[in-house]
Amino acid sequence: MIKVYTSSVIDASADAVWAHIRDFNGLPKWHPAIAESRIEQSWPADRVGCIRNFRLRDGGLIREQLLTLSDYDYQCSYSILESPMGVDNYIATLKLTPITDGNRTFAEWSAEFDTPAGQERRLADQIGQGVFQAGFDALKSYFGHR
Amino acid sequence: MLRVTRSTVIDAPIERVWEVLRDFNSHDRWHPAVARSHIEGGEPPDQVGCVRNFHLADGNHIREQLIALSDTDRISTYCILDATVPLQRYVATLQLKPVTDGDRTFWHWQSTFDTPPGREAELADMVGRAVYEAGFEALRRYLRSGGERRSRPAAAGAARGGDMTGQAVVLKAFGGADQLSFENVTVPPPGHREVRIRQSAAGVNYIDVYIAEGEYRMVEPPAAIGMEAAGTVIDVGSDVHDLLPGDSVAYAYGVPGAFATLRTLPSDQVVRVPAGIEAETAAAVLFKGLTAEYLVHRVHTVRAGETILVHAAAGGVGTFLCQWAKHLGARVIGTVSSEEKARIARENGCDLPIVSTDYRFAEAIKAATGGRGVDVVYDGLGRLAERENYDALAPTGHWVAYGHASGALPPLDPALQSAKSLRVSRPVLFHYTDEPARLRAMATNVFAMLERGVLKVTLRHRYPLSAAAFALQALQSRQTIGPLVLLA
Repeated sequence: MIKVYTSSVIDASADAVWAHIRDFNGLPKWHPAIAESRIEQSWPADRVGCIRNFRLRDGGLIREQLLTLSDYDYQCSYSILESPMGVDNYIATLKLTPITDGNRTFAEWSAEFDTPAGQERRLADQIGQGVFQAGFDALKSYFGHR
Repeated sequence: MLRVTRSTVIDAPIERVWEVLRDFNSHDRWHPAVARSHIEGGEPPDQVGCVRNFHLADGNHIREQLIALSDTDRISTYCILDATVPLQRYVATLQLKPVTDGDRTFWHWQSTFDTPPGREAELADMVGRAVYEAGFEALRRYLRSGGERRSRPAAAGAARGGDMTGQAVVLKAFGGADQLSFENVTVPPPGHREVRIRQSAAGVNYIDVYIAEGEYRMVEPPAAIGMEAAGTVIDVGSDVHDLLPGDSVAYAYGVPGAFATLRTLPSDQVVRVPAGIEAETAAAVLFKGLTAEYLVHRVHTVRAGETILVHAAAGGVGTFLCQWAKHLGARVIGTVSSEEKARIARENGCDLPIVSTDYRFAEAIKAATGGRGVDVVYDGLGRLAERENYDALAPTGHWVAYGHASGALPPLDPALQSAKSLRVSRPVLFHYTDEPARLRAMATNVFAMLERGVLKVTLRHRYPLSAAAFALQALQSRQTIGPLVLLA
């Protein structure tokens, strides 16, 4: 089991950041790697159990299922059902915490998963940097330049 | 029940912050509200169950018990046993989390308690502001001032020392190694955005020879020379947020002066060295490692399947280029001056070392590439190898002229360039490292490659700092193998 943990500080209130990212179908709005997304079977995007079916800019298709969603804790978690990345038992959590010292947010994005031997470092980099940190960079830029 | 939560971000690695906060009896050293504190019964301050007994600066007296401590989650939980302030059923939890984006620390501090009726707002405000928020500020100051003294830090700035006396290798006049002398020098305290370092090792590079000879006019004698060093931060100036006294650091800086026991320089040119890497290793590899990094990742992005040419493939930068490019999946052809160096190049990932002492290699490269040539030439040779490098390049190849051991490379005839659609780069390392964020990223890459064993280095040549002249002569003799370091 590999764990990937990425965290950052976003210059906006947790309410504002959460409003921007809580939509489970909203990745194309804010994440640079995602081209388009839909929720299967027309479920609402905040119904726990719904499945988002999205396409990466490089063409890969991914299906992910919403496992938990908490507006109280600014937190959601999801699992990967299908992807071209070569990961198994993948569960990720995205969580925001207000920073009381200034109007800022501490953002954490972590995942646990299994992978074929020898692929650990490549996948940890790809997910930690290519997905999580890239998402944080996009949020920092969005909230930094409003 | 009341709940008070405060959080902040501290500009320091989590290990440094936790080292202070996990000590249940450290608060009288850094928190201004705490006058004196001791652990009852002489128990260790990380013993779960221990009781800290302390007096506040305002005269109040409190006993608190540590009820949970986790080094894994960096959590400390404690409760009040008795207090002269009316906080009832007070339980507090302090937690640190890493901010991986920038190597900082998120600090969350939360408590629940009851108060006598009517005093809720007053006491919640006291806990939130006078204890937690004041604590955040005080710990920042404490870490900035060094964090080791038993007394509480005074006003910011007062913690910094004055001038210190060190030794440096000073070039008295242009003319080479003979003109170097080992002298006492005065090193000022760090100013705005500066840091002062106690240096334990400095790396020797060929550029030091050029500077001593006056070929590169980068100093006006008398002046200290040396481009790279490693050591420990002594103190930091104002507006320095990412370095703390005690940090292991290194630098490869464009202003000479690294051959010294102490140095003050801009903090954004200094990088932290991971715990597993010795200072002498960091000093020996940083300059050459950064050079290899920008050559294979930034000036040209080496891709699997490309064929590259590395000159002086057994030299400092050449060895790293072979190791790194091989790791990236390239086919590496090298030039070397002897059979012994061919063996060293081969050990470091060079697929085909060509032994040549007269800058003739293009024919051998054509033969080895089915007549096509190489995709990239990393050219540290310059003028005398110009024609051979041109002939060795494949159409659409990239000529990366990063050095000129045999004299400056003249401008390339545009007709010749278009005859092969060549790309020509003439990069300078310091233009890349001038940007602090990029320098950090490059150094992180170099240290990661060292830790993974992709970059390998064997230190065979160590000299005392006072013998710098001897080290420069040894480098010029071309008899050394691998990096040379000076030890303070």
